[in-house]
Amino acid sequence: MRKEPVVADRDLDAAIAVTRFGLGAKPGEIAGARSDPKGFLTAQIRPSGADQPRTNGETSAQRIAGFRVYQQDKRGMKRAAADGESVPDARDPVKIAQRMLRDDVATDFVARAQLGAGTEAGFRERWTLFWANHFTVSANKLVTATVVGPFENEAIRPHVFGRFADLLSTATTHPAMLLYLDQVQSIGPGSPAAQYLSRPRRGAGAGAPPAGRKSAGLNENLAREILELHTVGVDGGYSQADVTEFARAMTGLSVGGFREDPEMPGRPVFRAAAHEPGARMVMGVRYAPGGKEQVQAILTDLARHPATARFICTKIARHFVADDPPPALVRRLEYAWVESSGELDHVARVLIGAPESWTPQPAKFKTPYEFVVSSWRAAGGAPRDIARLAPVLNAMGQKAFSAPSPKGWPEEAAAWATPAALVQRMSWAQAFSEAVVRDRDPKALAAEALGARLSPPTATAIARAESRAEGFALLLMSPEFQRR
Amino acid sequence: MTAHLTRRRALLAAAGLGLSVDLLARPASAAAGDLANRKLVVVICRGGLDGLSLTPPVGDPDYQGLRRNLALGDDALGLDGTFALHPALGSVHHLAKVGQARIAPAVATPDRARSHFEAQDVLETGAAVVYGTSSGWLNRAVGGLKVQRKVEALSVGPTAPLILRGPAPASSWSPGRGIDAQARLPTMLQDLYKDDPVLGPALARGLATETMAQAAMSGLADGAETPGMTMATGPGGGVEGYLRQGQEVARKLGGTLAGFMREPGGPQIAALSLDGFDTHANQGAAKGQLANRLGYLDAVLDGLHTGLGSEWSNTVVVVATEFGRTARVNGTGGTDHGTASTALILGGSLKPGGIVGDWPGLKTAALYENRDLAPTLDMRGLFKGVLADHMGLDRRALEATVFPDSTAARPVTGLV
Repeated sequence: MRKEPVVADRDLDAAIAVTRFGLGAKPGEIAGARSDPKGFLTAQIRPSGADQPRTNGETSAQRIAGFRVYQQDKRGMKRAAADGESVPDARDPVKIAQRMLRDDVATDFVARAQLGAGTEAGFRERWTLFWANHFTVSANKLVTATVVGPFENEAIRPHVFGRFADLLSTATTHPAMLLYLDQVQSIGPGSPAAQYLSRPRRGAGAGAPPAGRKSAGLNENLAREILELHTVGVDGGYSQADVTEFARAMTGLSVGGFREDPEMPGRPVFRAAAHEPGARMVMGVRYAPGGKEQVQAILTDLARHPATARFICTKIARHFVADDPPPALVRRLEYAWVESSGELDHVARVLIGAPESWTPQPAKFKTPYEFVVSSWRAAGGAPRDIARLAPVLNAMGQKAFSAPSPKGWPEEAAAWATPAALVQRMSWAQAFSEAVVRDRDPKALAAEALGARLSPPTATAIARAESRAEGFALLLMSPEFQRR
Repeated sequence: MTAHLTRRRALLAAAGLGLSVDLLARPASAAAGDLANRKLVVVICRGGLDGLSLTPPVGDPDYQGLRRNLALGDDALGLDGTFALHPALGSVHHLAKVGQARIAPAVATPDRARSHFEAQDVLETGAAVVYGTSSGWLNRAVGGLKVQRKVEALSVGPTAPLILRGPAPASSWSPGRGIDAQARLPTMLQDLYKDDPVLGPALARGLATETMAQAAMSGLADGAETPGMTMATGPGGGVEGYLRQGQEVARKLGGTLAGFMREPGGPQIAALSLDGFDTHANQGAAKGQLANRLGYLDAVLDGLHTGLGSEWSNTVVVVATEFGRTARVNGTGGTDHGTASTALILGGSLKPGGIVGDWPGLKTAALYENRDLAPTLDMRGLFKGVLADHMGLDRRALEATVFPDSTAARPVTGLV
């Protein structure tokens, strides 16, 4: 039977719009995108940014304050233990920490996954997840374990369709990032605070600082990662001297403690006394002495540096289209970025409009999170609690909110499509299908999930399945569902 | 209260410690004799392991001054007049005392950018520069092994590390859910994947490896390791309890890896990763953050050594990291990204000797860019020496394919 080519293209484009740009198709979604696949995506771009997941509403400041209380309790317990007292379970800081980690992280993560599974604006959420991964804060570090969710909601989601400069500034100076990359403790060596801390004290010998005294000085971790990972990239043309100068400029950025704000520690503060005085030279530009303004000026220049446009546009193309992205697409995005001074809504529209984004062959292997969320969407449901998410994501190598490093989760199929991971995906798909498919027809679910992307061999295999669950598991494990 | 963990669950817990194992399997061949039994394990400590804490140069006159409250003293486990091991490395120290562990205290890759990701790429690809190649040197080394038979690469842990990616077909195994032997899905999927160049081979290897894993684990379940399967998790355990538990998990991981390697047809080459060495703040000295991580490393090595049993004499283990850390303590009780660090070489057939490579000293003038321990040995030379002397790779294959553009990095010979 012959079909009109235009009609066939539109069916395929609708399937690509929903699955490649979004988080996978819910029943009915591909049909809804069919009349205007590109318009379906551009309609999801909005100045107010991403959707907010339904969490318990706790801010990162509240979470950080909670953690400070825990630290105080822990010290108290150590003293008590030294005095031979027993500590009731309710005040046992290890138990409190476990509870905080378990409950807070779980609540936030489940809320995000529910948003992903249910949203009508899958592209908006995918675009957001890209930026959250670009500015990774990981729960791998105990002190940031409970703020990954709030960080994403406060610093990333509102800005994903705004100016990159604003997103950069908000994300890199957010308390969660300052804690994650050790900025909070960084003190300018020539600052009043450092002089105060290194003042001669009675009984202290020359040379080494007295035992138990905290050392005070520079920590260059955040400065380096902003250059390497958030802006110009490792080939962006900076040196060790630029890293150190930038680190000096950033001193003073910190997070409030009980002393500044007994009601609510955990808010961002600028400690002028810890800021390294003087002008700074970063990547060939001189920055006049100043406090917060000096850091801000450097961040603004980094945001509009041409190397930043190239580095991030390559990442966007790699995330949405192919591990080895088409150079023409990167050039297009880069031009859009430079032309608009980093207006992210414009870059998103150009990504959607680019012909390279619509190649029929899917090139991207889904990450475990993308796989699990798209499976829930295909089933027309959403995960109820963390028990539906944590074990499977751990087994597939993508522990909730716990990217292995500031670089974030890997992007390439080579990292995810391993033999072990496939066996894990298969085992999970089997169990998941048995739990969710009930009396529904897997052939119909497959047509809804993949539309024109469903291949004849997969359709045949599903039709021949012995049970509904087996058929649905075949859909989830099919080459075209594993990719996007 | 005690919890009985199955080995699979214990290994799953290892994922939480940032531990993962990767293996390159090569069926042993009787015809090739001795070489076919040789085993190589590469342990990568990710994040930039501080060599001056791993093997503190306690006898260097400048060490205490640079390291201040991070410096170790009498608590360190002495090796010679200059060097000691961190107190958390008790098992390694035992091995060193009988000549089965040596240290290379000032080793570095050719990369000098101080970026984790770039330096790990260079460490794992074996290239002279970053993005020099997209495959791992340990994978390419398989092609140069003397025994020419079907070769299988295996990684344990859900993600594949660069060091084992490449032309040698790789498998992997993850300590998660097992396979339902009754299900038809595996067979049906293999059929559905038959034209898929990525998913087809990957699933086939995953299923085959799962079978080997059952054997590797059942072989270990009875015997010396069984008492370790019981873990204390009750009150009073506190932080110390969690540490002990973590070490048990790490020891089991090493033991399971040993079990894999002892299986008939099991891997001859393995790589293992440990995360969490990026100690920018509150690094600690004899105790603390870094000490905990080193405790895990020691436990993994102990598990390997114990689990390999008589095969230990056929095994070399190299522990390496992407870069060292600043010679001076930074402003936050930690250390920043540096250059040279320590590599450990362990094995049942090491030749006796002192440190591997020269010690540049810690005088200000000797520091690299006035901040880092200066490298005196190219990491590639160390790997090349082990591959040549222990695994029998020929010199041409080493220079041409395993470590291209590395002629300046002379192989460190005479270790085994």
